[in-house]
Amino acid sequence: MDMTALLLSRIQFAFTITFHIIFPSFTIGLAAWLTVLEALRLATGRPVYRVVFDFWLKIFGVAFGLGVVSGIVMAFQFGTNWSVLSKMSGPIQGPLLMYETFTAFMLEATFFGVLIFGRSRVPPWFYLFSTAMVGLGTTFSAFWIMVNNSWMQVPSGFVMENGAFVPNDWTKIIFNSVVWSRFPHMLLASYLTGAFCVAATGAWYVLRKEYHAESRIMLRMGLGLAAVLMPIQLFFGHLNGGYVNTYQPSKMAAIEGRWNDEKPAGEVLFAWPDVESRRNLFAITLPPPFGSLIDSDSLTAGETGLNSIPPENWPPVVIPFFSFRIMVGCGMVMLGLAWLGTYLSFKRRLERNRLVLWMTFLSFLLPFIAILTGWFTAEVGRQPWVVYGVLRTADAMTPFLSTREATISLLIFCAIYAFIFAFGTFYIYRLIRTGPAGKLFETPRLAVPSRPMSLANAGPIHEPSHVGAGE
Amino acid sequence: MVMFWVLLLAISILLYVLLDGADLGIGMLFGLARGEEKRRVMLSAVAPIWDGNETWLVVAGVILWGAFPVVYATLLSAFYLPLFLMLAGLILRGVAFEFRNKTQRMRWIWDLSFAGGSLVASFMQGTTVGALVEGLQVTNGQYSGGDFGWLTPFAALCGIGLCLGYALLGACWLVKKCDAEVRDRAHRQIRILAVSVLVFLVVVFVYALADHLPILHRWIDRPYLFVFPAIGAVAAIVLALSILRHNDHWPFYMVAVIFVSAFGTLALSFWPYLIPFVITIDEAAAPHSSLTFMFWGGAVVFPLMLLYTVISYSVFRGKVGTTAGHH
Repeated sequence: MDMTALLLSRIQFAFTITFHIIFPSFTIGLAAWLTVLEALRLATGRPVYRVVFDFWLKIFGVAFGLGVVSGIVMAFQFGTNWSVLSKMSGPIQGPLLMYETFTAFMLEATFFGVLIFGRSRVPPWFYLFSTAMVGLGTTFSAFWIMVNNSWMQVPSGFVMENGAFVPNDWTKIIFNSVVWSRFPHMLLASYLTGAFCVAATGAWYVLRKEYHAESRIMLRMGLGLAAVLMPIQLFFGHLNGGYVNTYQPSKMAAIEGRWNDEKPAGEVLFAWPDVESRRNLFAITLPPPFGSLIDSDSLTAGETGLNSIPPENWPPVVIPFFSFRIMVGCGMVMLGLAWLGTYLSFKRRLERNRLVLWMTFLSFLLPFIAILTGWFTAEVGRQPWVVYGVLRTADAMTPFLSTREATISLLIFCAIYAFIFAFGTFYIYRLIRTGPAGKLFETPRLAVPSRPMSLANAGPIHEPSHVGAGE
Repeated sequence: MVMFWVLLLAISILLYVLLDGADLGIGMLFGLARGEEKRRVMLSAVAPIWDGNETWLVVAGVILWGAFPVVYATLLSAFYLPLFLMLAGLILRGVAFEFRNKTQRMRWIWDLSFAGGSLVASFMQGTTVGALVEGLQVTNGQYSGGDFGWLTPFAALCGIGLCLGYALLGACWLVKKCDAEVRDRAHRQIRILAVSVLVFLVVVFVYALADHLPILHRWIDRPYLFVFPAIGAVAAIVLALSILRHNDHWPFYMVAVIFVSAFGTLALSFWPYLIPFVITIDEAAAPHSSLTFMFWGGAVVFPLMLLYTVISYSVFRGKVGTTAGHH
């Protein structure tokens, strides 16, 4: 076993999946937002909803395309670097990812075609239906991914046969409480990402005194939606804590920075966990029973500390400890901002309050940071296991993978992703900066469902000489 | 049930090779073309379909993982570097489609990544198949060929061969979809490429003879395998005739038939092995509980995906025309 190759493989997987998750979490939220806009347009008949819809459809196209491109890598990376895992868990993870690909291909690709071509060719109710189906497709994608990942967190419904995980109860694999607290948590996170990106864009236009009607719709609906969803999201976050506490005591102890068993337990708010000497430096702690209350919904429950878990089964304590706090911190700021903004909006004072507008404008980063740190907590906290309690990450790697190979592939990805990420985000920025521009969206003649990014070419911002396929 | 998944896997791989093979071929020919006008026309011949075509690669990948996890794990880890280079090529090719239109000054970068990405991806696919034909070095069920075990002269030869084959497929697609200059140029390229592919096939055959590749014994044991090369030969004759008669549509279909017969020859030569002479289909199959769970995806969704592919091609049928892309 080559330990450097192991480290490089882990960095590579973390890097590529971090890059990838940014785009789906954005597009799942946007697809839902587009459905709401189209429904409102049908219900009220106000043309401004159409303008806002067409504007966000273009941004959806670019983000969706980058998600597709970076997703292809994920389908192969299990086999290249983690061949022992993929051989053992293939009978379970393979079918789940197959359903992910199949349902996504079918719903997203098919109905995205209607979104691009269909405005004038299908009845309005069917156009709305298609928008909802694209949203459903992205949701299904997320669902299968969450089932897959939840199985790695809390494996169930299988027996070991000839060194492989053989499924014997798919109902348990798909319909267990872990999936159904984690999937809504991810889905809500995506909706909140969409909501804050929309609100931030609206705030930017209000600050620039542009697109009066459009910006107000974006600002109010974005913040309003976030104000409603944030408390629900905190509730599901709490449910997630429950499954971690039940099934993954080592992750829970690391998140809480809890070294000793406590009954009832206190709660560490902030600290610097010193792994060497097994204690927290500079700790700010709430006394018992706050820890038991938060982790077990109980005043008296005992909570496990890291000292009663063998150190070889510890995750790297510092990463889940801090990433969890960053996630919760972002969540609290988002909650405060959404409630404050919605309150001001009701009082009709939001558009004059430049401070809150600026904060809303800058808030688009918060949901992305929260999603990434949330995933770091879940995935790094699962270590040293790749399938919790059953298969160690170190044993899951391709046994003959060399440092040289792992270095080359990691360098390739760093270079290429940096390259396309820079261009992709710059391009989305340019679309947003230009704004809805009042011009009604024209169907690009050669754009097709399987090629969503071509939509963005339809904007008014291109030099007239540009061409290509989807003008 | 196992046969059902073998069939779906074969269809996915074949569709990928035929459909995205043409796109990659055009990507390589794009590198040879001069002048923005011609390049635009070439791009518009594949722009609306390439992304859907590439999806068949992912479909094949996830079917392989779900239905034949041992093969997925063994092949992907053995072909580590060629696979990542191929993915890098596909990513660069893919984003180039979109990004080259966003800029004037930097366009050369995206043109380079388009042609270069297509070339690298094609070469790596061919090399991988070549290395597989030659035989994967496996000790105790584990790949033992090292970082560059796949890079043999024979494999590299197959890499070049597939580049030529894809370019031929691409040129035929251009003849089918385009007019005027682009079509005429592709027409000339078809002659050169067709002869090159023929030479390549002869060289590969001689190499296989000289090197006593195990595949040859299969041919001697199973004379009925010669049906496929025979079909390929007929297709090659029709191809030659259709080129001489300046037909725009037949060349593509004939080259497709040649690809199908080559695919059939390889697949049946190795039967019942999924990784030649190492792992058979039955040894590789996932447990029954996995295959039955996947069944509805294969029986209901897969046909819909096929239907969808047919529809998107029919929406896009006909010539793209020389004015494509002008405002």
